[in-house]
Amino acid sequence: MNNHDLPRWATAFVMPVLNLLSALLVAALVIYMLGESPAESLGILINSAVVNPEGLSYTLFYASTFIFTGLAVSIAMQAGLFNIGAEGQMYFGGLGLTLAMLAFDSSLPWWLLLPVGMLGAALFGALWSFLPGYLQAKRGSHIVVTTIMFNFISASLMNFVIVKYLVPAGEQNPASRAFADAAAMPLLNQWLPVLGETPLNISFFIAIIALVIYGVVTTRSAWGFKLRATGLNQHAAHYAGIRISKMIITVMLISGALAGLGSVNAIMGSTHYLSLNFVNGAGFVGIAIALMGRQHPLGIFLSSVLFGALIQGGFDLSLEKPNIPIETFIFIQGLIILFCGAMENFYAPAIARLLKRKG
Amino acid sequence: MQPAVEFRGISKHFGAVKANTDVSFAIAKGSIHGLVGENGAGKSTLMSILYGYYRADGGEILLDGQVQHIRTSQEAIRLGIGMVHQHFMLVENMTVLDNVMLGTEGGFKLAAHRAETEKKLREICDRYRLDVDPLATIHDLSVGAQQRVEILKQIYRSANILILDEPTAVLTAQETESLFEILRLFKEQGKTIILITHKLQEILDITDTVTVMRGGRVIGAVPTASTSKEELANMMVGRPIENNLPRAPYKPGAPVLEVRELQLQDKQGVKLLRDLNFTLRAGEIVAIAGVSGNGQSELMEILSGMRLPTSGQLDYQGKPLPFAGRHDADGLPLAFRELGIAHVPEDRLRDGVIKAFSVMHNTIFGYQDKLKNRWGLLDFKAIARRCADLMKAFDVRPNNHDLSIGLLSGGNQQKVVIAREVLAQPRLMLVGQPTRGVDIGTIESIHTQLLKLRDEGVAILLVSVELEEVRALADRILVMCGGAITGELKIEEFDTTRIGLLMGGMHKS
Repeated sequence: MNNHDLPRWATAFVMPVLNLLSALLVAALVIYMLGESPAESLGILINSAVVNPEGLSYTLFYASTFIFTGLAVSIAMQAGLFNIGAEGQMYFGGLGLTLAMLAFDSSLPWWLLLPVGMLGAALFGALWSFLPGYLQAKRGSHIVVTTIMFNFISASLMNFVIVKYLVPAGEQNPASRAFADAAAMPLLNQWLPVLGETPLNISFFIAIIALVIYGVVTTRSAWGFKLRATGLNQHAAHYAGIRISKMIITVMLISGALAGLGSVNAIMGSTHYLSLNFVNGAGFVGIAIALMGRQHPLGIFLSSVLFGALIQGGFDLSLEKPNIPIETFIFIQGLIILFCGAMENFYAPAIARLLKRKG
Repeated sequence: MQPAVEFRGISKHFGAVKANTDVSFAIAKGSIHGLVGENGAGKSTLMSILYGYYRADGGEILLDGQVQHIRTSQEAIRLGIGMVHQHFMLVENMTVLDNVMLGTEGGFKLAAHRAETEKKLREICDRYRLDVDPLATIHDLSVGAQQRVEILKQIYRSANILILDEPTAVLTAQETESLFEILRLFKEQGKTIILITHKLQEILDITDTVTVMRGGRVIGAVPTASTSKEELANMMVGRPIENNLPRAPYKPGAPVLEVRELQLQDKQGVKLLRDLNFTLRAGEIVAIAGVSGNGQSELMEILSGMRLPTSGQLDYQGKPLPFAGRHDADGLPLAFRELGIAHVPEDRLRDGVIKAFSVMHNTIFGYQDKLKNRWGLLDFKAIARRCADLMKAFDVRPNNHDLSIGLLSGGNQQKVVIAREVLAQPRLMLVGQPTRGVDIGTIESIHTQLLKLRDEGVAILLVSVELEEVRALADRILVMCGGAITGELKIEEFDTTRIGLLMGGMHKS
């Protein structure tokens, strides 16, 4: 589709940066119209999201979840499947994780609880993506439609399960009981006191390991080769003998499992209990991350950190500047999706012209 | 007399690619002018400039001695230029009349205009002996008749200069002959015809003058009577072309593939293949001739495992092909590949390659599971070596394996596909339209490779709509029409007329 034939540094670096700057420019305009100084606001945002160690810690904490949802959407995208359902899959993964913790948190040590929790989260996430994958592979039901529906179903189902079964007797809060201390992820502030009372935990490293595995599998394994072939040209994939229905189901299972794993950081790393709507849009942010990061491991990492920074910085900004509501973050996020996703190649013709004149 | 069309110094660049460089030649009024050249020689670009799709960077076009600036195709039509594309621009479920009227309705009230147009169409059909019923629906018409509708459309829009882009690619020999009769009639009526083709025999048969292009330039513009096929081919490619490639004597071995009573129906119950029976032996090339769309594609799909047959006995090296117990063909081609059946698909961009993948990635496509290192990952060192050898052996250009294969010319893409399949050392090779959209020089090299494979004892089943190709490669010829085999010939019995009749299903009369 990109018929401008630009060098890789331009498409992989210059264009995303230009797109991002455009989004920030529009955001600055809106902040100006709200009666605040864009420069000062940006200063606050950057300071509280990146410069301040506690802020940076929060940024990376949010990013740890986003890396998983971003990976979930990316791997499905490699097979040509637009998985809109990471939100519901992560939510359902949270249920798997919680059930595992409620069952084992008093009997197992922390280093066993972590894999058990991850397994529960991955399993339930995969379970939630299995049906959409199966329906796409065997019945041709479009994955976008089914995964959207499954988001709604999971929201209702979780409502029911939490309120009916998981709320401890006598509690008003729609959440499960808190897990035992053994089920808490080791926090990084144990080793780095400068991070203060922040929830950044070893999930961050697990997320990075997941990124590396993703990168190796998609670009260097035969399975990844077949995955990408299926995504680019199903006719040719069939000709090559790739079992397309199996591929679709498998990749959707993996995608759901990755989304489910996003709940490990959110629950075991921070709240230590399952609460209503704990996902809070992380699945949808995953879509933006996959688009902006172009399904590349490094791109996914950078965009996850960016979105983490926007949440963290945006939160502090709204505290300091009462004129700027917290929703401004959602607005900026929308702008980034608009510029980096929908208008991805907006600057391509201009860059092509510029290069042509020089060359 | 003023020439009908004159190109003066036409140049057109696309980025660094010089599609046309200083193209100058003239076409006399009331003549048939042939335009030949390899793919990428600049013929299509030149015609697109004439038809108003592109604007030239330099130079001018004169029509009847007047300089014209043709900016849009509407303007070209107004100036009396008509173009018949290789792919018909017809609405399949509308009548001939409606198709001709489309875009020239001339007002809100349709009925009166309809009647008038129908009358005019019948006049044109009579005058040019175009055998077309204005009230027939397009999808009921044969390919040849559909093409006549396209021509009719141009005449109705009062075209005096008719551009035909590869008009005979989809026609039988008989249909081609009747098309040529129509063209000769046009010429008598003073119309000018530009014929783009890569079939040199047709150039000799029908044109008055011929222009040869190569690399965006005019290499020669000569009267047809003063030239020969060999000379034209030589001018097109820039070196002499060998017509009769060396081949070992015909010594067929044991049967590799035996097809008995093969049937195929689609979901609506339409019979696509009817009762096919044939045997293919080691060390022979059996060519299936026929107009495309007569069951050849379906046969190849079944034999490569891409599609399940409805019924029939298919034995490969004495054992049945693994169709039993399958509900769909998902993943089946892999099993066929492991049996030693290689497949060069006829639609290479749809099936044969992944356009966005590099040349190197495409050289392992379908065989990726065999090239792993000890970590279970793709062994890119070995793959790069293998790719370099392959590109050298098959002369794939440009010699850069990181390039997306979509950026290569059709001929070089095809070389990659054939090389990949040859490298798998198959015992049965299915080859569909190996030289479609491929230029003469590359055709020669692809034919050489296929003959080498045959001499090494591989059984080759070739599907081709080009009789020239069938003649150059086949040991035996099967002719298909309407999903059935209508005849079999040995290569010694090669006879264009007879094959043409069989292709048209007229073998019984």
